[in-house]
Amino acid sequence: MGAAEKLVQWNPTDIKAELIKKYPPKVARKRAKQIMINEALENGTPEITANVRTIPGIITMRGCTYAGCKGVIMGPTRDIVNLVHGPIGCSFYAWLTRRNQTDAGPEGPAGENFMNYCFSTDMQDQDIIFGGEKKLEQAIQEAYDLFHPKSIAVFATCPVGLIGDDIHTISRQMKEKLGDCNVYAFSCEGYKGVSQSAGHHIANNQVFRHIVGENDEPVEGKYKINLLGEYNIGGDGFEIDRIFKKCGITNVSTFSGNSTYEQFATAHQADLNAVMCHRSINYVADMLETKFGIPWIKVNFIGAEATAKSLRKIAAYFEDQELIDTVEAVIAEEMPDVDAAATEILPRTGGKTAMMFVGGSRAHHYKELFDELGMKTISAGYEFGHRDDYEGRRVLPHIKVDADSRNIEEIVVEADETRFSPRKSEEELKALEEGGLKFKDYEGLAPDLEEGTLIIDDLNQYEAEKLVELMKPDIFCAGIKEKFSIQKLGVPMKQLHSYDSGGPYAGFKGAINFYKEIDRLVNSRVWSYMKAPWQENPQLSGTYVWE
Amino acid sequence: MLLRHTPKEISERKALTINPAKTCQPIGAMYAALGIHGCLPHSHGSQGCCAYHRSTLTRHYKEPISAATSSFTEGASVFGGQANLTQAFNNIFTVYNPEIVAVHTTCLSETIGDDLPQIRKKAITEGKIPEGKYVIGASTPSYVGSHVTGFSNMVKAMTELAEPTGKKNGKVNIIPGWVEPCDMEELKRLTKLMGVGTILFPDTSGVLNSPLTGEYKMFPAGGTTIAELKSTADSMGTLALGEWCSADAARQLDKQHKVPCKVLDMPFGLKATDRFIEALRTIAGVNVPEEIMTERGQLVDLISDMHQYFYHKKVALAGDPDQLIAMTEFLISIDMCPVHIVTGTPGKKFEKRIREITADMPFEVNVKAKGDFFLLHQWMKNEPVDLLISNTYGKYIARDEDVPLIRWGFPILDRQGHQYFPTVGYKGGLRLLEKILSAIMDRKDRDDPETKFELVL
Repeated sequence: MGAAEKLVQWNPTDIKAELIKKYPPKVARKRAKQIMINEALENGTPEITANVRTIPGIITMRGCTYAGCKGVIMGPTRDIVNLVHGPIGCSFYAWLTRRNQTDAGPEGPAGENFMNYCFSTDMQDQDIIFGGEKKLEQAIQEAYDLFHPKSIAVFATCPVGLIGDDIHTISRQMKEKLGDCNVYAFSCEGYKGVSQSAGHHIANNQVFRHIVGENDEPVEGKYKINLLGEYNIGGDGFEIDRIFKKCGITNVSTFSGNSTYEQFATAHQADLNAVMCHRSINYVADMLETKFGIPWIKVNFIGAEATAKSLRKIAAYFEDQELIDTVEAVIAEEMPDVDAAATEILPRTGGKTAMMFVGGSRAHHYKELFDELGMKTISAGYEFGHRDDYEGRRVLPHIKVDADSRNIEEIVVEADETRFSPRKSEEELKALEEGGLKFKDYEGLAPDLEEGTLIIDDLNQYEAEKLVELMKPDIFCAGIKEKFSIQKLGVPMKQLHSYDSGGPYAGFKGAINFYKEIDRLVNSRVWSYMKAPWQENPQLSGTYVWE
Repeated sequence: MLLRHTPKEISERKALTINPAKTCQPIGAMYAALGIHGCLPHSHGSQGCCAYHRSTLTRHYKEPISAATSSFTEGASVFGGQANLTQAFNNIFTVYNPEIVAVHTTCLSETIGDDLPQIRKKAITEGKIPEGKYVIGASTPSYVGSHVTGFSNMVKAMTELAEPTGKKNGKVNIIPGWVEPCDMEELKRLTKLMGVGTILFPDTSGVLNSPLTGEYKMFPAGGTTIAELKSTADSMGTLALGEWCSADAARQLDKQHKVPCKVLDMPFGLKATDRFIEALRTIAGVNVPEEIMTERGQLVDLISDMHQYFYHKKVALAGDPDQLIAMTEFLISIDMCPVHIVTGTPGKKFEKRIREITADMPFEVNVKAKGDFFLLHQWMKNEPVDLLISNTYGKYIARDEDVPLIRWGFPILDRQGHQYFPTVGYKGGLRLLEKILSAIMDRKDRDDPETKFELVL
């Protein structure tokens, strides 16, 4: 801890040097580019290297493409049978572990809910040697016979791609054979790409190709939107939906918390796409715009202020006074409780510090909540973000496409011949932009962080431990794998992927939940028990006599 | 209903597994490797495997689980993972400095045919493994066996380190199988009471139940040391607890170094613990001390006290073969009726063994290796039970069928305490009985009408 005391002033350059000091030279050079000291430049932010390969042997926080595709995007769809083609493990580990909540309502045909089920072809060595196509075909048939779902999604795990099982042809054939069940597949083998991020892209492509636009039956609603990139972890989506309902906004489809097949199939009928998690779903937003003419805006419902701001953005888009008034009324009604909670808690959290290393947007979103708690974010980064998530979409044209990204399919989308209908004219969009609404834009994490903040991409276990030792934050946020090594250091750790057992943290009620949770964590008495009383004064100079 | 689509009618499934009662080999290999002192497990495959295993183990043990990965990319999958693994060795020894790295393969590296021994040899020749450091490796393709097989394979790989000196060490090797850290601690307590010197491997006590002190140690104090693993070749004999988890390693030591072995059931419950103590007594030529006699007598006493509540109550079980065999025997020994039993781990021997144990019972037992929770649920719909014993995934069935659940096995994701309160040995038997009785009585107190609600039971 000697070094830590010297670094109380946190010179970011020193900390950066300390983080990479122990690495072999090649590793140090690579990591140096992924650790950026934030500074405001005239035309933006300094460049960070992101979305590049993880270094073998370095204990990473990242997962794989399958996790991004099956786990993140398709996992929360409740009436699709998600069938994993591969040995048992991959399906087992993604079984209910992300805390996506679901409400299917009463039982019956409308109440389909396969969330609590785990489906796998459980490939055995013979399947690897002789091929698993027959088994997959049979498994699809058995799933259909047992459950008669409207849709079956097939996911490839590592060996499937290697042995060359043609999951797409089998899915197509089974779709034809079954007649009333849409079957499609995802080539989301774990070795593709460099992180979960590739899996999001693969999932987005296939959902768009096989489901979106399948149902033209009109969806009723005056202000129809899609909420993209919200996964209903800990019930976040439920809280956002509650607020939408109160405002009179119709959420046609959430990608993909508590979602249904029909929601995806009718998503093209919405008039606006509101993007929460930019990293995981921006592809769908772009494709919906190109094919159907629906513009998208970036929103954030993490944080009460952010929620209010996002609602106002949606209202501004519809340019309807009734909606604008309702939204203001809802905000006015919800905020007193939030303010009361903040007033009570702020004295206990104000001035404390936080670090966040999560996801591809969450580290940014949660900064809002910590701001509301008066806590400073002293270091942050993404596990699987791209440069645009840090520096903003303006860098998109300059991002070098490397071999790993090139292997992920880019689908070409064109305007739909009959259904393309621009929701706003060029002039209307321009006028709205002049009024402050930005379309197809995301400014990234960096501009929102203070100068000198350490922004670290793909933080690993070693660096996390060093960072905590050196900077001693009051709270550290990451995922389950990181939780206990941080807490052993005597620093509370909050999971921001699955929220430990908490949530919702979105919306107004969620903000209150989060204030309380952080208050509990940073002020818990347990962190004062690390040393036993006799460790404070370990030297005994003599024996003491009973008095 | 949470599992609203599960029909009562059972139809044969040839290709589709639903709600598995097993997971894949590498996670077992990772858990076993954590039972070596100063060991960093390494997953040779795509990084998702390692992330999933670390997450699942963390959720169960509530402790940091450090493990590295070869982080395969598409290129590595085509050209082989040798470069990744060699680079990983270099980084691991430079940054984390473990005593030993325990590498296990995945379905990815197995399918492309990476040759682990060859890669290790090359890494040694090229000086990527520093002097005095060790690397062991286990082949753990996810498409063979289950997490239990992976555990067994890694324990077997540990015997590679055995190095006979020609001089016996007077100790007994004990291979505990996949049990909790506290169970390993309890086994050590029992053998110490017996006065038998032992080498327990693997040993996750002191690794996966480490204290909170404000310091993080990637390699905590516990675990079987390399010196101990070397010395296993000089031991009097090996007691392997569990055919599925531990026997292969014991047989390997016998084959390689003529260390005789005996395979026992895992010591859960009265009879299996009796056999364990009896084996220790005869192998080491010691007398059973009074303390252990007292513990045994206390367990028998509690069985007699609680018997009225257990008699002929029906139980459904899901879990791993070694645990289920011992638990089935224990339940029968207290006159309960284990009627439905599934494990996901394949092996005809399991079904045969369960049928032997239940042969004298006045009911037909449903048993399936390569079964799953979906089948177990269907069996329960057809013949309801009074109690379900399984890992946490059983809670969905328990809620739908309104059956009390005892969480036992792996993984337990929603309760704590399993790392600290052993269920092996006579004392562990007390804990199992307490859990069973509480589950049954809590349900009775909940369900009884007011007239039948009683203070004294």
